[in-house]
Amino acid sequence: MPANLPISDVEIGRRAYRRTQNVRSVLVSLVSTIVFAVVIWLTVVNTPGWERVQRSFFDLETALAAWPRVIAGLWVNIQVLFFAVIGVLVLSVIIATIRTLRGPIWFPLRALAAAYTDLFRGLPLIIVLFLIGFGVPGLELFPRQSAQFWGTIALILTYSAYVSEVFRAGIEAVHPSQRLAARSLGLSHGQTMRIVVLPQAVRKVTPALMNDFVAMQKDVGLISVLGVVDAVRAAQIETAANFNFTPYVLAGLLFVLLALPMIRLTDWYTARLRAREQMGSIV
Amino acid sequence: MTEPVLRMEGVRKSFGDALVLDGVDLTVAPHEVVALIGASGSGKSTLLRCINLVERIDDGRIWLGDLDISDPRIAADRVRARIGVVFQQFNLFPHLRVIDNVTLASRAVLRIPRAQAEATALALLDRVGLADRARAYPDRLSGGQQQRVAIVRAIATNPELLLLDEITSALDPELVAEVLDLVRELKGDGTTIVMATHEMAFARDVADRVVFLDGGVIVEQGPAAQVFTRPQHERTRTFLSRFLGPA
Repeated sequence: MPANLPISDVEIGRRAYRRTQNVRSVLVSLVSTIVFAVVIWLTVVNTPGWERVQRSFFDLETALAAWPRVIAGLWVNIQVLFFAVIGVLVLSVIIATIRTLRGPIWFPLRALAAAYTDLFRGLPLIIVLFLIGFGVPGLELFPRQSAQFWGTIALILTYSAYVSEVFRAGIEAVHPSQRLAARSLGLSHGQTMRIVVLPQAVRKVTPALMNDFVAMQKDVGLISVLGVVDAVRAAQIETAANFNFTPYVLAGLLFVLLALPMIRLTDWYTARLRAREQMGSIV
Repeated sequence: MTEPVLRMEGVRKSFGDALVLDGVDLTVAPHEVVALIGASGSGKSTLLRCINLVERIDDGRIWLGDLDISDPRIAADRVRARIGVVFQQFNLFPHLRVIDNVTLASRAVLRIPRAQAEATALALLDRVGLADRARAYPDRLSGGQQQRVAIVRAIATNPELLLLDEITSALDPELVAEVLDLVRELKGDGTTIVMATHEMAFARDVADRVVFLDGGVIVEQGPAAQVFTRPQHERTRTFLSRFLGPA
C-alpha cells in the first residue's frame, strides 16, 4: 500500500485485531510445542532402562573419540554423493528422453529403457550394491576399481531408474500445445525437447527431484556394506571397539546435518512456486 | 427503501505500490443488475474478488445485507457460501461429473442430502438445456455449455448475490449468446447480479445500472441508457468511443 494514504479508524481497528490474533496463535503454538517436548522428554527419561540407554547411545566421551574417524568417513560419503548426483542426472535424462521417443523404429530402445527402470526400481538397493560391488569385479572384465567406485555405480543405476520416471512425468506434463508450437516453428524433435520441453519439465518436477536427492544423500551410507570406510562403516568400527553405540548416533546426526540445507531449500522452493501460482489471493 | 444486498464504502486495495481500488463506494439493491465496465486493469475483477473475500481490502468497509464482511471476526467461508461466483475460465472441477460439480456446495457446505441436491441440480440443468449432460465430465462439453454449468453451479445454493467475472471473455463468439441468454433469464428471476463485462451491447441491454471504473475509482454510474448515450465524463466518452465507435 502506498505509504502516504490516510488510514481510516475502522482499518486501524482491523489491523490491531489481526495483530492480536497473530500473537495469540504464535503463543498457542509455542506453548503446545513446549508442552509436547517436555512430555516426550519426561516419558523417555523416566523409562526404567533410560540410564543404560543413555550410557550406550549418548555418551559424550565416546562421541568425541569417534569424531575424527566418522568425519573422515563422511567425507567419503560426500565424494560418492557428488559423483552419483552427476551420474544420476545425466543417465536419468537420457533414459527419460528415450522413453518418450515415438515411432516403431525406437521400439527396441524404448523397451530396453522400460525394462531398465522396471528392474532397478524393483531391486532393493542393497542387492544392487552386492551384485555390482562384488559381482561385476568378479567378471575380471574391467581394470581393478575401488569398492567406492562400484558403490557409486550401483547408486547411480538404482537412483537413475527413479529419477528418470520423475523426469518422464515432467516431460509428459508439459502441454502438447507447447510441442505443437515448437514443431510449427520448424524445430526438430530433438531441438523441441532440448529448448522447449525439458526446461519446462525440469521446472515442474524440481521439488520431486530435490526430494530424491535428499533420499540419496542418506542412502549413500549403504555403500558401507561393500567395505568402504564411510561414516557408517567408521561408526561400526568405533562401536565394535568400545561396545558403545554412540558413534552410530553421531554418524546419524551428521547425515541429518548434511541433509538439512537441501530439505530447507526444497521447502523454500516449493513455497515460492505455490506463491507464484496463487497470485496473491488469500484462499 | 429496502435494505441493499451489497454496500461498499471507501474500499481501497493495492498490490505492492500499485493502488488498484482507490476508495470505491457502491450500493446494490435487491434484484438489481449492475454492470462494471472499464479498461483492463481498471479494477473490475479486483472489486469482485474483494466482495468475495478472496482479496483482503486495505481500507474501507463492505456489507453483505447487514453484516460487515470486512470485519476480520466474521467467518469468511460462511460469507462466501452466500455469494455465487462465475469465472472467466469456468473453473469447473475436471475430475467431477457435471452433476457433482453442481451439487458439491449443496452437499459439502449446506449438508443437503445427495438425493435432494441432485433433484434441484437436475431441475436447474434441465432449465438450461443440459439435463442430458449431467453424467458427463466437463471436458466433454463445449465452452458455452461449460460456462452454463458453471453458472448453474453458482446459483444451485441460492446465493443472495451473484458475481460474474467476464464470463464470456474466454468463449468463441458463436457461444456467447447462449451464456448471455441465461444471464438474462436469471435477471428475470430477480437474481441480484454484479458483473464485470466487456460486452457493451449486453450491458446496455440487461444492466439496470452501469458503473464505469477507471484508475481504481468509479468515474461515472447511472442507468445503462444514460451512461451509454449521454456519458457525463470525458474519460467515459473516450472509453466508450473505443468500444462503440465515435458517437
